Amino acid sequence: MNFKKLCVLVLALALVIPAGFVAAGTLDDVKAKGYISVGVNESLFGFSKPDEKGEWRGLDVDTARAISVAVFGVPDKLKFVPLTAKTRFTALQSGEIDVLTRNCTQTLTRETALGLNFAHVNYYDGQGFLIPKKLGVKSAKELDGATVCVLPGTTTELNVADYFRSHGMKMKPVVIESTPELAKAFFAGRCDVLTSDASQLASTRSVAPNPGEYTILPEIISKEPLAPAVRHGDDQWYDIVNFTVLALIDAEELGITSQNVDQMLNSKDPRIQRFLGASPGNGEAIGLDEKWAYNIVKQIGNYGEVFERNVGPKTPLGIERGLNALWTNGGLMYSPPFK
Amino acid sequence: METVTQHSKAAIWYDPRKRSIIYQVVILLLVGLLGYYLVSNTTANLKRQSIATGFGFLQKEASFEIGESLISYSAADRYARALVVGFLNTLLVSFIGIILTVILGVFMGIARLSTNWLVSRLAAIYIEVFQDIPILLQLFFWYAFFYEMLPSPRQAMNPLGGVFLCNRGLVFAVPEFHPAHLYMGLAFLAGCLGVYFLRRWARKRQARTGLTFPVFSVSAAMLVLLPLLAWVAGGMPTAMSVPELKGFNFQGGLNVSPEFSALLLGLVLYTAAFVAEAVRAGIQSVSKGQREAAMSIGLRPNRVLQLVILPQALRVIIPPLTSQMLNLTKNSSLAVAIGYPDFVSVAGTTINQTGQAIEGVAMIMLVYLFFSLSTSAIMNWYNKKIALVER
Repeated sequence: MNFKKLCVLVLALALVIPAGFVAAGTLDDVKAKGYISVGVNESLFGFSKPDEKGEWRGLDVDTARAISVAVFGVPDKLKFVPLTAKTRFTALQSGEIDVLTRNCTQTLTRETALGLNFAHVNYYDGQGFLIPKKLGVKSAKELDGATVCVLPGTTTELNVADYFRSHGMKMKPVVIESTPELAKAFFAGRCDVLTSDASQLASTRSVAPNPGEYTILPEIISKEPLAPAVRHGDDQWYDIVNFTVLALIDAEELGITSQNVDQMLNSKDPRIQRFLGASPGNGEAIGLDEKWAYNIVKQIGNYGEVFERNVGPKTPLGIERGLNALWTNGGLMYSPPFK
Repeated sequence: METVTQHSKAAIWYDPRKRSIIYQVVILLLVGLLGYYLVSNTTANLKRQSIATGFGFLQKEASFEIGESLISYSAADRYARALVVGFLNTLLVSFIGIILTVILGVFMGIARLSTNWLVSRLAAIYIEVFQDIPILLQLFFWYAFFYEMLPSPRQAMNPLGGVFLCNRGLVFAVPEFHPAHLYMGLAFLAGCLGVYFLRRWARKRQARTGLTFPVFSVSAAMLVLLPLLAWVAGGMPTAMSVPELKGFNFQGGLNVSPEFSALLLGLVLYTAAFVAEAVRAGIQSVSKGQREAAMSIGLRPNRVLQLVILPQALRVIIPPLTSQMLNLTKNSSLAVAIGYPDFVSVAGTTINQTGQAIEGVAMIMLVYLFFSLSTSAIMNWYNKKIALVER
């Protein structure tokens, strides 16, 4: 039961961590134990979910793999810890995991009162509504009096209440802890509408008995910048996680893919030479191997490849790049220069 | 003489009384130190990671909705009120659950001992099946049963006038609120008090004169007639709030949600199976001679049960019954799995929105401790009352 786990984590926070724990760098800790503990969603198709062979797959999982490549040069030095929305921050605070890549929305409270640092956003999302077509609803403004299925422990509970309040509408939430159980109740008609991040709705719809019977309403009612998070108090580790995400984005911007990365080593472009470590400096500055960014692109790909592979139009989720396109293509993905 | 003084001045660790005091002081110190270590270490850890602490968040706006509530609640209310809503929801399901469990458990326990082969077999099957399946599975089963089997609100079943059954729950008409209802409630309470005094008077009279008094029928009449009189005196209000399908769902009337029904049904069926076994054990603990002796002085079977068997059986039944009541209350926290907004569910949302896990978990523990201790206190008082008085 999740509550038990929460209690254990709280106790861990109280008991296990001796004072001064964070002073030792997470990078050294991780190298000493030989793997990175990474908190992921237990089951979110396209973001993190084990496939038929038990291999973890998804956009968040690939972000974690990129961190493993940056630190160890190989993508599989990871221990995946599946977490619910409720236990995820406590797990990070208590030191059970080193980094959280679990479709978490970056907010002020989480950055401050919860003591977390969010790296660069790896997916720009927004909350929407999934509804059966047969109800004939065309807009979220027609939802007055609806019963709404919501996952607990997320910003979605608050967003949906805000949205209904600001439009003078009434709602009745049904809050169920586990994502699959909630989806089952929704498909059986317990609720009129399911609300969550739009990417998650696409993911839920793809596992519906008849995906064609459901539609996502046009309104996006919130901003959900999803980003990996680390604990306060370890700037070097934060830099590594942050620039790993940025390396994925910058590689796409520079036109480097997992296919052409070896040719690119001979590129005359000084930006590419610096990025791939052909002209050294970046690796030493961040405390990693000079080839760290080269390794990431070689083994994981650039952000565009990661996106297309996991959630893009060719996958069952069929999500367009939209906000997640490069800034040069009208999206929000923008990386500072690697120099 | 010298030996005597030596004896009385023996080192204190040879004196069992003083030694036990020392042990207790040492253990108390250790526990105190451990507590201090836990608290100070936690505070230091939280401070170092700049995580906020304290209960100030209770006064902030909760900004989330709750599915069902006994008191008026909206997202604009404070966290404190949201938690009270959760507390009352837990109280509601536990209270109704305990009452139904005791009734069903006693009934099944007696049925298990029935001389009728079919009745006792059926009771045995019920007990074995429900005792042996984990409660969480049973809850999932009942919840899925409600939302999979029942139709949507637009095709709701309408078995009686003003009663609708659909996957949003059981909706039925209730009287519109009227001051007379308050007087009826008061009249009912007065009736209860009257019954109590009537029973005392009847018992004393029987002890004095040997005459019995029809306590049951007079009590029942009092409990029904007094509220009825209040209703007539209050102007006989008959306005009803009748549920009507408006938009997505029924408006008006009273709605018993599938989450509440599934949780209540699951908890009652599961716990009553254990209570039935306790009741059976209690009745079987009364020796056969007691029953035969009672029969031989000409008591009718139900009087035998009431006057001879039950008073002795209860002493055996009450302690395990108390622990089953506590189990039911604690198991009600499984509500989060099927979406009933109990205290754990509301506190969970609060923890996630405010990030104050330690305060939240502490409150959850305190609330369950409060429920458990008050149940134990009431049951221990009752247990003492029915305990064998040795003269």
